[in-house]
Amino acid sequence: MYQYDQYDHQMLAERVAQFRDQTDRYLDNKLSDSEFLPLRLQNGLYIQRLAPMLRIAVPYGLLSSRQLRKLAFIARHYDKGYGHFTTRQNIQFNWPALEDVPDLLAHLAEVEMHAIQTSGNCIRNTTTDQFAGAAVDELEDSRPYCEIIRQWSTFHPEFAYLPRKFKIAVCGTAIDQAATQVHDIGVYLIKGPDKVTGFRILAGGGLGRTPVIGQEVFEFVEKQHLLTALEAILRVYNREGRRDNKYKARIKILVKETGVDAFKAKVMAEWQKIKDGAQTLTEDEIQRCKSFFTDPAYLERSDNPEQLSQQLKQDALFQSWHSRNVHPHKQTGYAIVSVAFKETGVAPGDVTDTQLDYLADLADEYSFGEVRISHRQNVVFADVEQEKLFDLWQQLKRHSLASKNLGLLTDMICCPGGDFCALANAKSIPIAESIQRAFDNFDELTEIGELNINISGCMNACGHHHVGNIGILGVDKKGAEFYQISLGGSSRNEASLGKILGPAFAQDEIPAVIKTLVGVYKTNRIDNESFLATFQRIGMEPFKEKIYANAD
Amino acid sequence: MPTLIKNGSLEHDRWTVLKEATGPEVLRAVPNKRFIVPLKFWKDYGQELSDYQGEIAIWLDSHENVSELGDALQTFPLIALNFPVFSDGRSYTNARELRENLHYSGEIRAIGDVLRDQLFYMSRCGFNAFALRHDQDVELCLQAFTDFSTGYQSSIAEPLPLFKRR
Repeated sequence: MYQYDQYDHQMLAERVAQFRDQTDRYLDNKLSDSEFLPLRLQNGLYIQRLAPMLRIAVPYGLLSSRQLRKLAFIARHYDKGYGHFTTRQNIQFNWPALEDVPDLLAHLAEVEMHAIQTSGNCIRNTTTDQFAGAAVDELEDSRPYCEIIRQWSTFHPEFAYLPRKFKIAVCGTAIDQAATQVHDIGVYLIKGPDKVTGFRILAGGGLGRTPVIGQEVFEFVEKQHLLTALEAILRVYNREGRRDNKYKARIKILVKETGVDAFKAKVMAEWQKIKDGAQTLTEDEIQRCKSFFTDPAYLERSDNPEQLSQQLKQDALFQSWHSRNVHPHKQTGYAIVSVAFKETGVAPGDVTDTQLDYLADLADEYSFGEVRISHRQNVVFADVEQEKLFDLWQQLKRHSLASKNLGLLTDMICCPGGDFCALANAKSIPIAESIQRAFDNFDELTEIGELNINISGCMNACGHHHVGNIGILGVDKKGAEFYQISLGGSSRNEASLGKILGPAFAQDEIPAVIKTLVGVYKTNRIDNESFLATFQRIGMEPFKEKIYANAD
Repeated sequence: MPTLIKNGSLEHDRWTVLKEATGPEVLRAVPNKRFIVPLKFWKDYGQELSDYQGEIAIWLDSHENVSELGDALQTFPLIALNFPVFSDGRSYTNARELRENLHYSGEIRAIGDVLRDQLFYMSRCGFNAFALRHDQDVELCLQAFTDFSTGYQSSIAEPLPLFKRR
């Protein structure tokens, strides 16, 4: 992974000192609430219902065992013993005290971590595929480009006070696992003319109150122009994005209101001014960044070793975990392992200090000392020898980390919701739990197959409800919490936004509603068709009919 | 009068910002002064005021674009860019545009809601003068320019991005 040099270290130390000074001035009443607000947000610090919430950046989801142990330490000393993996590959803590945050940031800096720009109206953490570098379907490892974008966007002086937050995702794989099309900017590594690898760049995607799929702004740019192309888009947005209405301030509204062709023309005009300028990438810089993401020291191993086949035959539980959680790897004899953080009764994405330490130990033992966080709030060991899968599984079981519901109905995305978040209209964690309890039979879950349920406690859509096969959105109806259901969303390559089923439901109705929806799917599916495919074929009506049949 | 920091040190401000002006008579009434006038005022009366005995500079609000200045740009000794609130980031882009693309080398002054914690980024975008909001602690503001020793990006302060310097 990327290693800081003296410049990175120095700037990070300066940032910690700067925030310490800002916090001191705030506590000393020399900075008003509204003046401190963007400063603390740009260091990931929210003031929540119960306590501040600190969101720590995990650049493109990659963590070393050393960093995991530091996060465990922070969970123990500054929190109540747990953290929370977010849908943007970050981790957040819900209980640190404001006055402790500068110290906490200093601890993070020791392991090359920070909370820079994890919130606020600026460029946020760049995200990517959690299998990057190990995936079988990859054109090129996206992480070096994520790191290049991370450095460019960090402390960018021109874009610290944008109209609204700004999220960039990069995808280098054939199957898009990074929800790239619903980002403010989505970058795809592609082969261009003359078979040269470069980028296709979309802009104006996003979820939130007005969900939109991004539109193409650059059909193809060569690698060296990546940063100037991004800068041109940002400059048009900074200048012209709406600032009169918070809900219309994202770039998606600008692209929509301007029209994609006119928007593109503006971007091209800006780009012509800076293209080939100082920010143009050099081959040296690309190679330097690539040098941090070379293959680990893989051993010579063969695929499907005899021992593994035996273990799979002998242990049905291992077999079912393996079928869900183990993915093919580009390197012969290796596998990618996903660990689902979706145990029933635990908020999706929650992780304890003990588990963090344990993940670090397992990373050291089985996966070259690294893990990744996925945007579905799970953890990935990217480089595991197939011969050791059985050992790893047994170790995971010991710490309740062997959930085999990955990709299944109970592997939900869920925001912290009304239990923690000051913005939420409704709770979301208890909804997730009630669904998990209603579907507690594993055979039934596997029989249902691949089905994503995404839950958000409000319009801001942190739980990505628009792109869930089933989306659940908490709404406020005259002071009571209700839940609106949408169907047919997807964040994959053929990204689609869910359509609303009909009137919202009370909290206690949700498990039965999900049961009914699944029932309609099972009655109508052909062969091994997924929920999404069935929905796309039969449409909304059959679901609607069954759900609201008795309502009139 | 707001405190002015220019090129890193305190300076006596010899300019007066006209927030609004009805017509050229306002300036003619006080000859031999230095006025910073609104862009629209200059567009309406700039020609008429070419014989004014003092000096005239202009200021742009955050929604106005420096490209509107055209060829007249280089004749201004000073261009002020307004921050209606400190969280409105449009003037950063205007400043960069002035320095980087329009090659303006005169004074670029931040006016309006100009606070200590934004000075560093402003300076990297090409501002070299800062009319501080009245309540700002001048000593603290003077320290703001060394918040960071360098930056990753190409900027006005450091034209080469870090990757070409490291």
